[in-house]
Amino acid sequence: MTDTVTTTDSGPKRLTTARLRGLFRERPIIPLIGLLAILVVVSELIRPGIVSLNWAGVMVRAAVPLAILAGCQTMTMLTGGIDLSVGAVASMSGFVVATLVGGPGLATGILVALAVAAIVGLISGIGVGIFRVHPLIMTLGMSLVVLGFANVWQIRMVQTGSGVPDQFRDLGAGIFLGFVPRSLLLFVPLAILIILGLNRTGYGRLLYAIGDNPIASRLSGARSWQVLIVLYVISAVLAGVAGFLYSGLTNVASVTLADTALLPSVAAAVIGGTSIMGGRGGYGGTMVGALILTVISSILSSLGYPEAVRQILFGALIIFVAAAYTRVTEP
Amino acid sequence: MTASTNGYLLEASDVSKRYGAVVALKSASLRVRPGEAHALMGANGAGKSTLVKVLTGAVRPDEGTITVRGKERMAHSPAEARRGGLVSVYQEPALIPDLDISSNLRLTETPLEPFRDWVRQLGLGKLDLSRMARDLPLATLRIIDLARALAIRPDVLMLDEITAALPANLTESVLEVVASQRGGEGSIIFISHRMTEIASVCDRATVLREGVTVGVVDISADSADRIVELMLGEAVGEMPERTERAAVASQADEVPRLEVRSLGSSGRLRDVSFDVRAGEVVGLVALEGQGQDELFDILAGSEHASTGEVLVDGRPVSFRHPADAIRAGIVFVPADRAEALLMQRSVRENIALPFSTPISRWGPIRKRNEKPKVDKAIDTLQIDTRAQKEVRLLSGGNQQKVTIARWVAGGVQTMLCFDPTRGIDIRTKHQVYLLLRDLAEAGAAILLYTSELSEIQLTCDRAIVIFGGEVVAEIDVSDADEATLLRAAHNLRSDAPLPEEVVAAAVAAEEEADDAGEELAHQESGEDPGPAEAGDL
Amino acid sequence: MSTTVDTADQSTARPIGALGSMIRRHGWTLGLVGILLVLLVVTRLIQPTYGAAGVQGLAVSVLPLAFAAVAQAIAVIARGIDLSVGSMMALTSVISAALMEERSEGFAVLVVIGVLLLGCVLGAVNGSLIVLTRVPDIVVTLAMLFVWAGCALLVLGTPGGGSAEWLRTLTGGSIVSAWIPRAALLLLVIVAAIWIPIRRSRLGLSLYAIGSDPLAAYRSGVSVTRTKIVAYTLTGLFSAFAGLTLTATTGIGTPVPGPYTLLSVAAVVLGGVSLAGGRGGVFGPIVAVVILSLLRTDMTFLNVNTNLATVAQGLILVGVVMVGSLLQLRKREP
Repeated sequence: MTDTVTTTDSGPKRLTTARLRGLFRERPIIPLIGLLAILVVVSELIRPGIVSLNWAGVMVRAAVPLAILAGCQTMTMLTGGIDLSVGAVASMSGFVVATLVGGPGLATGILVALAVAAIVGLISGIGVGIFRVHPLIMTLGMSLVVLGFANVWQIRMVQTGSGVPDQFRDLGAGIFLGFVPRSLLLFVPLAILIILGLNRTGYGRLLYAIGDNPIASRLSGARSWQVLIVLYVISAVLAGVAGFLYSGLTNVASVTLADTALLPSVAAAVIGGTSIMGGRGGYGGTMVGALILTVISSILSSLGYPEAVRQILFGALIIFVAAAYTRVTEP
Repeated sequence: MTASTNGYLLEASDVSKRYGAVVALKSASLRVRPGEAHALMGANGAGKSTLVKVLTGAVRPDEGTITVRGKERMAHSPAEARRGGLVSVYQEPALIPDLDISSNLRLTETPLEPFRDWVRQLGLGKLDLSRMARDLPLATLRIIDLARALAIRPDVLMLDEITAALPANLTESVLEVVASQRGGEGSIIFISHRMTEIASVCDRATVLREGVTVGVVDISADSADRIVELMLGEAVGEMPERTERAAVASQADEVPRLEVRSLGSSGRLRDVSFDVRAGEVVGLVALEGQGQDELFDILAGSEHASTGEVLVDGRPVSFRHPADAIRAGIVFVPADRAEALLMQRSVRENIALPFSTPISRWGPIRKRNEKPKVDKAIDTLQIDTRAQKEVRLLSGGNQQKVTIARWVAGGVQTMLCFDPTRGIDIRTKHQVYLLLRDLAEAGAAILLYTSELSEIQLTCDRAIVIFGGEVVAEIDVSDADEATLLRAAHNLRSDAPLPEEVVAAAVAAEEEADDAGEELAHQESGEDPGPAEAGDL
Repeated sequence: MSTTVDTADQSTARPIGALGSMIRRHGWTLGLVGILLVLLVVTRLIQPTYGAAGVQGLAVSVLPLAFAAVAQAIAVIARGIDLSVGSMMALTSVISAALMEERSEGFAVLVVIGVLLLGCVLGAVNGSLIVLTRVPDIVVTLAMLFVWAGCALLVLGTPGGGSAEWLRTLTGGSIVSAWIPRAALLLLVIVAAIWIPIRRSRLGLSLYAIGSDPLAAYRSGVSVTRTKIVAYTLTGLFSAFAGLTLTATTGIGTPVPGPYTLLSVAAVVLGGVSLAGGRGGVFGPIVAVVILSLLRTDMTFLNVNTNLATVAQGLILVGVVMVGSLLQLRKREP
């Protein structure tokens, strides 16, 4: 009786607002898809005839690597962390494969790249999980380390030369059935794995739990260091995979290739409804967020707007969406 | 100084406040006469805290008026309320941990001399103002906070659960100071769950229920029943008699579920030994900071003992992490719900959390296995899951039930409950008592620390008393009336007054007890404490 | 309420206690200064020609980052973080460079004042957005990173513009003795002149208060929102100083933000400011910036690949923080 929460008798208008807020809170992906649809319509209005299956394919192809990096951010942000090393790791892994493919071969290259990524993630995870270093600092430090080593590697590789393997170009930039990006062959299973992993496994539950309340998680028996070490390894390996796609998509192998994708990857996760404070969010929204960012870029460049406008719009969008989430999730 | 025409110093009328769909205050009124100590009472979620926040300007009401000395005055921030003569002292002292005391005083522009006088009067003795607030124990901070409020001679001083978790001597001096303020120029609004304190220092009480002022009572010898009646909204009898229980067959040859042998922890605990058998509820009684926090932390696997051992079912165990304790069947219900709950997650997910913590359970969730257990736990505890997807939107009582349900779902072998009824309403308390008895009858061993001595006779089979880190008494429930327990808790054989040094030790012992709170504070986003303060809805 | 209390009398009453508490409070910064001195000696040992000129060069090269670190430190002390420091630097840098190009020296004075005011405005916008939207600081400033960088690109599409002569002389060379670089003096004078009065005032206490415990601060009568906006305004101001010195030391404005934001966060952490807010000061981060830069110099002297210097910076950052938290963990269980 004293425990019951009194609800107000709300008029019809109140009810719809409440419903909308509820919808936004529980299923943020629906308004996000709405926003995406509006952007598509805007594209069509600006350049009639531009929206086509081919166009959609191009958009998706460009969004896939960003969506993977944003997946790293989503998972780390769920625990209240962040992974600022994804850009450096992705660039490094694409570059390592490009330098090794001529010599030891593609398979070795991939293995080496992912192994290095995993080691980087392991160190980040140990730092965050065991030494309790702030994830921002830990991954920032690791990105400096990775960048430095990649540069050293680059200098040693100048003689042998490098080239993006054809397979990567195929995977990152190729299409099949006329318009479907090949990268989806890799991405769709990956996305399903992430979504199921977050929602249907004990590990996913722990990610949310640790982000929501580390003390409660500990008292419930969760050893957060185990969870975090595994998390940062997964994140780094995913970033490595994204690096393959980036190098394939752009046909460039450089040690700073994916650096510019770092902050958009955080932005995509934020727009997708994942709280940077942890405990709230999911991958579905993040994927839509990555698509939204890609479509906006495309609209702006087709209009001939300079890069500057794109950046300002990105920033405004992040604040707008984040503020909207804050409004609906407040009690 | 003349009071307003109607004779009230402070008058709040028809205050309402709504958070989204949740009504915190519907129509609350409060009239305080000059010079009186006025109790503000109500069960959890009745709206006491919200009303205080409205008065101090921390929360802006949707409707209603507040007048001070007959002039309408609506504060928009604590700073403004303070200038208007309304000051509040909270359970959580409003001192900045990373500033020293003198900086804290500068921050609030507190005059030093009156502050010093009050500190002395409140029995704190000498105080080094250059110490960082974070280095001082909670009790000291609360006294400082109170002295700081008194030093500016407020018209209305609001004390929110000021005596909770204070050592006995400080409680006494705080109550003395409150009593001494009566009849003066200022008034005191006194919020407490403790009926005896209210009876001893207050003149009148305003009772809130579901955001509405349901009555104003003149305090007299028999006003407690009337207040409880108003709080509950219906006449309820006395607290239920101690629940009937099958006499626990505590055969001497049976191996206890939990044995504690000569446990010691760097000065905080010395040579503590006791048993808890399957089927019994053992009460632990101690003044604040006598080592009970450390004892529970050690048993729950959060801390290490420096000496001694713990045996479960006769086998020695050593815990490096709460997970080890859980595996050994020892589960822990902390007092602070914020330490136990995933506030943004659902009730079900909160309850199911322990199912997923071992690495072997990181794989796909076995819904078919899990759901019946979770359902049963929700059912057993009668948790209201109807509207709320997130635990933070539940009432305090329901939240507390979730913390217990989490362990009930997996089956309880040994449960450590640290003051599980702190700050929840009477109805939920009774449910908790019954549940603990039921669990014990089903074969669980339960160790219950409680700060409410009446709970011992209601729920326990026997009581262990800890003082200064040592077990000083073991009392059978039939002898464990409040007076006996209280005396034992002070390590006294007679009714002699408390020796000062005994209490000083208690304060010193508490020094580190509030360290755990720090971690918690960092989680609180606390950007704008406005609506976030709607804590006990 | 009648009088404000100053407790200086108490600290002088027990000089040893006061000294002890000063060492305790500034221990981290003092330790950093010690490391810096050792490092200078080491530098001299491995490169005997390293002298006054080297110190001057060092001071000039660290100037922008040092200001950025101060800017970041203020935000972090107030329990925030400003990811847009680098972008604000870029924006203020290009605006000053564009305006000063081929204009009179006197006009440049107006430009400097205007750009500093602009910095305050940028910071105030950041702070106000955080307060109004209630979105976490890191997200808002991430967004503003894009916005300010975009604005910088709108001002100057490519590096260009110019700097006034007096600005260049102000930051270059030395004063009094060849060992006292103008840049270092400029840095210390500006930071001290702005920060120390603030630190001593109630505003300074409020900054630490909202960083340490926002709820307690609010209940102590501090306006959390206003103080936060002020904190970010100061961050903007020091970012503008950083941007101006960037223009002054390089002679041009660069619209693409350098690595300053992340390095400033690193310097703040190394400088003893807790990311949880409420602890630390602005001088520690400045020393940390100098140490990081000097390490890089030393590695060049030792003919180590400069890229390994980046590695070293990362490792130092991670290592120092790890050791720090290890010490804290050990303190918790004695």
